[in-house]
Amino acid sequence: MTVKKWTAANVARKVINNEELFILDVRNQDAFEDWKAEGHKFEYLNIPYFELLDGVEEILPKLPTDKDVLVVCAKEGSSVMVAEMLSEAGREVAYLEGGMKSWSSYLEPIKVTDLENGGELYQFVRLGKGCLSYMVISEGEAAIIDAVRFTDVFTTFANEKGVTIKHVFDTHLHADHISGGRHIAAATGATYYLPPKDATEVVFDYTPLTDGLNVKIGSSQIDVNALYSPGHTIGSTSFVIDDQFLLTGDILFIDSIGRPDLAGLAEDWVGDLRETLYTRYRELSEDLVVLPAHFMIIDELNEDGTVARRLGDLFKENHGLNIEDEAEFRSTVTDNLPPQPNAYEQIRQVNMGKITPGHDEQTEMEIGPNRCAVR
Amino acid sequence: MDIKKTLDAKGLACPMPIVKTKKAIDTINSGEVLEVLVTDKGALNDIPAWAKSGGHTVLEQKTEEDILYFYIQKA
Repeated sequence: MTVKKWTAANVARKVINNEELFILDVRNQDAFEDWKAEGHKFEYLNIPYFELLDGVEEILPKLPTDKDVLVVCAKEGSSVMVAEMLSEAGREVAYLEGGMKSWSSYLEPIKVTDLENGGELYQFVRLGKGCLSYMVISEGEAAIIDAVRFTDVFTTFANEKGVTIKHVFDTHLHADHISGGRHIAAATGATYYLPPKDATEVVFDYTPLTDGLNVKIGSSQIDVNALYSPGHTIGSTSFVIDDQFLLTGDILFIDSIGRPDLAGLAEDWVGDLRETLYTRYRELSEDLVVLPAHFMIIDELNEDGTVARRLGDLFKENHGLNIEDEAEFRSTVTDNLPPQPNAYEQIRQVNMGKITPGHDEQTEMEIGPNRCAVR
Repeated sequence: MDIKKTLDAKGLACPMPIVKTKKAIDTINSGEVLEVLVTDKGALNDIPAWAKSGGHTVLEQKTEEDILYFYIQKA
């Protein structure tokens, strides 16, 4: 039996097409429990590779023969070893090229909708990390919102679409992942916007992203409107696009809401978060479709792989929007918070331009789930 | 600490540091100590987890100039 090599893109197709996959994850137990490649119909067996050095016979009965089996580890090496052992034992298996590192980096662009006059709105789904970035395209121009650090994915996509990137926005100073925003702007000559209240310590030039800012994309004038919506950070800003979509950044997710503590000021910002979710957003049309900057669990993905839900539905279904008692809300978002994202303090420093780690170091910082939400 | 054997696994990528550590520990006697030098950061969690699963004891671990040192007492 030959060992097949799968790319992260192959795994992404399995997730988006809702297909079955059996993952033999050979990382140590802690790493597996913290974070794994998730799909709607994925099954798992976690046996650390170092427990298989004497042979794989013991796990053979636990591996299915009627579906794809993918061996996964942190970087690739151990999964190749285990996959080869399984292959010698007569099993047909694959390993994930680049391991969880490449899974964490992979971005899948999915079209959310067509806009008028040939415009398009894309969501870039980073399945392994739960990050969502956006590109609005209209008549030769593009705007990007919350770009992750793989800048060539966005610039290549823009080239393929034949559009010029004009505006690059970050809804807030991110703490869970490294932004590619200002690097895309520098490479393309686009304007880079950041909320000034989040940018007090940044060491680069930016254009202030303030409430009411309006930019128009292409000659058909697709509207991108900024709406100040603090709470996850003090500068957090949402966007209303074409009067149809609400990009909420890290304030409101499909099945959770933003956490106010990643800059160390939960007590100060919980009031802002409440105001945004319970007053500012309530004044908007319930027919707006919410497009957040993250998803937390795979169940938040729609059938087509997008992460999007009508605002009115979230008002009914999202627990974080239905805590009438203010004290209870305060306690929900400040007590018993989940662990903070890996290396979040360093990631904030990178996004402020204060430190410039190498590629490998950036990859290490971003390992693990994003953890920006409170459920 | 009385070190019976030293394994230099610097520059090796996962899974080789563990594969070699396992081979090296097979050559020493119960209660003796193996010193392992690794640069692959994956070893930071994997060597203690491997040692635990085999009943071995990590007596000490330290990092000096990007080199990880482990002192493992054989079960």
